[in-house]
Amino acid sequence: MSDKKIVIDGVTKGFGALSVVGGVSLDVRDGEFVAIVGPSGCGKSTLLNVIAGFERPDGGTIRIDGVQTTGPSANGIMISQHGSVFPWLTVQENVMFGLSGASHRDQVELAGRYIAMVGLAGFEASYPHELSGGMLKRVELARALVVKPEILYMDEPFSALDALMSLKMQIELRRILDEERHTVLLITHDVEEAIYLADRILVLSARPTTIQTTFHVDLPHPRKLSSPEAQELREAILKELGL
Amino acid sequence: MSNSKLFRIAAPVFVIALLIAVWWLIVDRSNNPIFPTPGQVATGAWELVQDGSLWEHITASLFRVGLGFALAFLVAVPLGLWMGWVSGAFYTLNPLFQMLRPISPIAWIPVAILWFGVGDTSPIFLIFISSVFPMMVQTTMGVRTIDRRYLRAAANFGVSRTVLFRRVVIPAVLPEIIIGMRIGIGVAWLVVVAAEMIALRSGLGYLIMDSRNAGNRYDLVIASMIIIGVIGLLLDGATRLLERMNTVKWRYVR
Repeated sequence: MSDKKIVIDGVTKGFGALSVVGGVSLDVRDGEFVAIVGPSGCGKSTLLNVIAGFERPDGGTIRIDGVQTTGPSANGIMISQHGSVFPWLTVQENVMFGLSGASHRDQVELAGRYIAMVGLAGFEASYPHELSGGMLKRVELARALVVKPEILYMDEPFSALDALMSLKMQIELRRILDEERHTVLLITHDVEEAIYLADRILVLSARPTTIQTTFHVDLPHPRKLSSPEAQELREAILKELGL
Repeated sequence: MSNSKLFRIAAPVFVIALLIAVWWLIVDRSNNPIFPTPGQVATGAWELVQDGSLWEHITASLFRVGLGFALAFLVAVPLGLWMGWVSGAFYTLNPLFQMLRPISPIAWIPVAILWFGVGDTSPIFLIFISSVFPMMVQTTMGVRTIDRRYLRAAANFGVSRTVLFRRVVIPAVLPEIIIGMRIGIGVAWLVVVAAEMIALRSGLGYLIMDSRNAGNRYDLVIASMIIIGVIGLLLDGATRLLERMNTVKWRYVR
C-alpha cells in the first residue's frame, strides 16, 4: 500500500450519451513517471482531469495515498497545453500565487529559488506578455513546483512549443525530477517525449478509452533516443497506435 | 516610423483645416445672417473665456458628470461582479436590466424632474442612469467570460474565496471594467448636455440653449458644441490612461 501513490480503480466517465473513459484501472508508484499516449480525441485529457479531481468520475474510484479524492488539491498540480500563467501578475507574483502561510520574505526567497531553477532568474518583475512561450512554460513549472506537490499532472505541456523548445523543456524537466522527487502523469502525443521521460508508457485505445498496452522503459537517464533499445520501443509503440 | 507619426498628426489636422475652410467659404458666399463663420465662433468663444462664464459652465457640467459617474461606478461594479459570479443573481436580475438599458436616458427627464426637481440632482440622476448599465453589463460579461483555465489553476492551488476574488476574478475583469468605464463616461457626457438644456441655469447644455434664446447667438452655440467635443475627447483620453496600467496591459497587447 505504502508504495502506491495513486490507485485508480475501474474509472469511467462520459458526457451525456458519449462514453469517453471506459473502465481504467491503474496503480502509480510513488515517484514514478507514467506517460499516457493514445489517438487524438480518445479521452486522454478527460482521464487526466478525472484523476486530478477536476472532473468527477461516473464510476470507479481514485485514491491518492489511500484516500479517495473529491476534488483538485495543491498536492497534485496540473500543467496543461494552453498554460494558465496569470497574465496580470508578474513572474514572481505568479510563482508565489500558491504559497501561503510563510512570511512574505520567505515566499519571495522560495519563489526566487524556483524561478532560478527553471532558468528565469532576472525575469522576476516581467509580465507574461513580455515572455516567450517557452518562458511561460517555465513560469508555470516553477509555480507548480514551488508548492512542492507530490504529483504533477501534465497534459501535453510542451506541445504548443516549437520542436526545439519542446526538446529543451523535456531535458529541463528530467533534470528537475532528478533534483526533486515527484510522481508524474504525463499525457503526450509525442512518443519520443514519452520514451525520453517516462518509467512506464501506457497506450490508450480509442473512445471509450481503456489501457490497451503497457510498456516499461528500463533505460538509464539521460536517455539517448537514437539507441537501438529506444528505437525498438518507439517502433513498438507506434505499431500499437496503428502507425 | 517618424514618417507615420508625422502622418498621424498631419492627416487629421489637414482634414479639420479643410473642413473649417469649406465652412468659412460657404457661410461667406451664402450671406446667411445667422450662421456664424469660424472667425465669429472663435471671437464668441474668446468672449466667454474673458467674462469667466465658460469656465463656470464647464465646471458645472464636469461636476455633474463626475458625481453621477462615480455613483454609477460604485453601484455597477459590485453589482456586475455579483451577477457575473452568482448564476442565480444573473438569471434573476439580467432580464430586468436588459429591459431598462435600452430606454434612452432622455426619456427619464420627466421622471427625474418629478422626483428630484430642477436642481443639480436631476442631471446627476440622469447621468447615473445612463452610465450605470454599460458598466454593469461589461463587468458582468467580464466575469462570465473569464478563461476557465485561470479559475481552474486557482482552484488547483486551493486558495480561499477571498484570494480567488482579489487575485484572479477582479484582475481578470479589470480590462472589461475599463471598457465599461469608457462607454459609461462617453454616454454620461452625451446626456449631461441634454439634461442641462432643461430647467437649469448652468452647464454647457444650458449655455447652448441660452445662447440661442438670447438673440440667436449661434456663434456661441457652435463654440459650445466644439468645446463639448474637445472635453469629450479629453475624458475618453483620461479613461484610456487606465489601459496603461501594468496589470491590464496583457489585454491590449497583440
